[in-house]
Amino acid sequence: MDPLRTLWETFFDWDSMREALPEMLTIGLPNTLLLAVSAALLGSVLGMLLAVAGISRTRWLRWPARVYTDVFRGLPAAATILLIGVGLAPLGMQVWGPNPYPLGILALSLIAAAYIGEIFRSGIQSVEATQLEGARALGFSWAEAMRVVIIPQGVRRVLPAWVNQLIALIKDSSLVYFLGLVASQRELFRIGQDYAATTGNESALLLAGLFYLALTVPLTHVVNAIDARLRHGRPAAQPTDEIDDADLALPGAAGGSGR
Amino acid sequence: MTAATSTSVSLAVRDVHLAFGPNRVLRGADLDVVRGGTACVIGPSGSGKSTLLRTINRLIEPDRGDVLLDGRSVLADDPDALRQRIGMVFQQFNLFPHMSVLRNVTLALRRIRKLPEEEAVAIARAQLELVGLAAKADARPGHLSGGQQQRVAIARALALQPQVMLFDEATSALDPELVKGVLGVMADLASGGMTMVVVTHEMGFAREVADTVAFMDHGVVLEAGEPAAVFEAAEHPRLRRFLAQVL
Repeated sequence: MDPLRTLWETFFDWDSMREALPEMLTIGLPNTLLLAVSAALLGSVLGMLLAVAGISRTRWLRWPARVYTDVFRGLPAAATILLIGVGLAPLGMQVWGPNPYPLGILALSLIAAAYIGEIFRSGIQSVEATQLEGARALGFSWAEAMRVVIIPQGVRRVLPAWVNQLIALIKDSSLVYFLGLVASQRELFRIGQDYAATTGNESALLLAGLFYLALTVPLTHVVNAIDARLRHGRPAAQPTDEIDDADLALPGAAGGSGR
Repeated sequence: MTAATSTSVSLAVRDVHLAFGPNRVLRGADLDVVRGGTACVIGPSGSGKSTLLRTINRLIEPDRGDVLLDGRSVLADDPDALRQRIGMVFQQFNLFPHMSVLRNVTLALRRIRKLPEEEAVAIARAQLELVGLAAKADARPGHLSGGQQQRVAIARALALQPQVMLFDEATSALDPELVKGVLGVMADLASGGMTMVVVTHEMGFAREVADTVAFMDHGVVLEAGEPAAVFEAAEHPRLRRFLAQVL
């Protein structure tokens, strides 16, 4: 048989895709979004705490942040998800019942935080020391100067790397299927895999892949647009190309420069 | 330019010492500025001028010695509160590039002074007016020339109505044609009665504006006095050598 034809039929069988589409849309997509968005929020908050702890002058903050990062960045994501999801399951059972999502989200967040922490830290450390000095000279405390002046600038510099991590997170969200999902808890990948297993045709998996692309590609562009806007100010801002000091009409510029 | 004239204070630096590891940057520096007066600190690079300035508002804590405002030590104060009373302007402006010019000036008013937005904006616009940059309020600092940025930095410091202004080589990073405008703002401020310490390489400015010129070398003020005395009748050979190089 013609191998190209086989390939086409295995991955591009429209009927198989059409069959899987409703569940992808009504079950898989909402679940993937729930996992990814929750873990992105929690992971970013934890990552920021790690970043600030990582540049602290107190070694009791710096060391734990370092060790945490090394451990959670170094373990395979699947292993961490199993460790957290299975290891804490008895505890989770008491708090949330048998739903594996809370622990799955927690595990995804803890992994993401390790990477995001390093991303934020490098951004924060790239902000010139003169910015901190400028803020301190105005009377800002160290913490307030970090919050208002340093961190906003640092984070903006690493937005592309942060998006990389969010994309990885969206894809890694498929790994929660290790924790055992009932039909209504399945996310995109799992649904695709189930259809592939029952029909022997991989087209539903390809459809799941298209869903991932539909999430990740626009995300990149949205953040790039935000990035550009933050860099250059609001589009409405007046053009300020003309750079001149000639409009200076200071009474009695008695300074008389020595030059 | 009459900012804070009534609240001006006298400033005294007494025997300030500071070492970074084995590097003794300040070795007993003294400086006196009368209320409303301007002291220009001159000297070769590495002599400790900028460090001395930073010990005055405690961006750097001295190892030993004291800084007095109206005779009262600042070392007992909360450093953050102290720095609101002492404005500082830097060589590299240190404006916040991610905020508009107006935001740069209102930031401390809103966040530290806790002024309502409208009041902070009114103060900021008035200060920007004084330095001739009211029209640039909505621009980002990066869209301004160096001279304009430095004048914004001055407005930002003045908005807090400081009792003392510190200038750390405020015109050293500027193109020559932009220096005059910034020095003009500083001269107006001095004649308005602000107590100022100006670290500068602008000898013309020091000669015309300063009440006191202090020459620093190797971490101490070697010689200080009225501009005429320092520039025309320098006693110390190191000062004479320095003046021969820069004048």
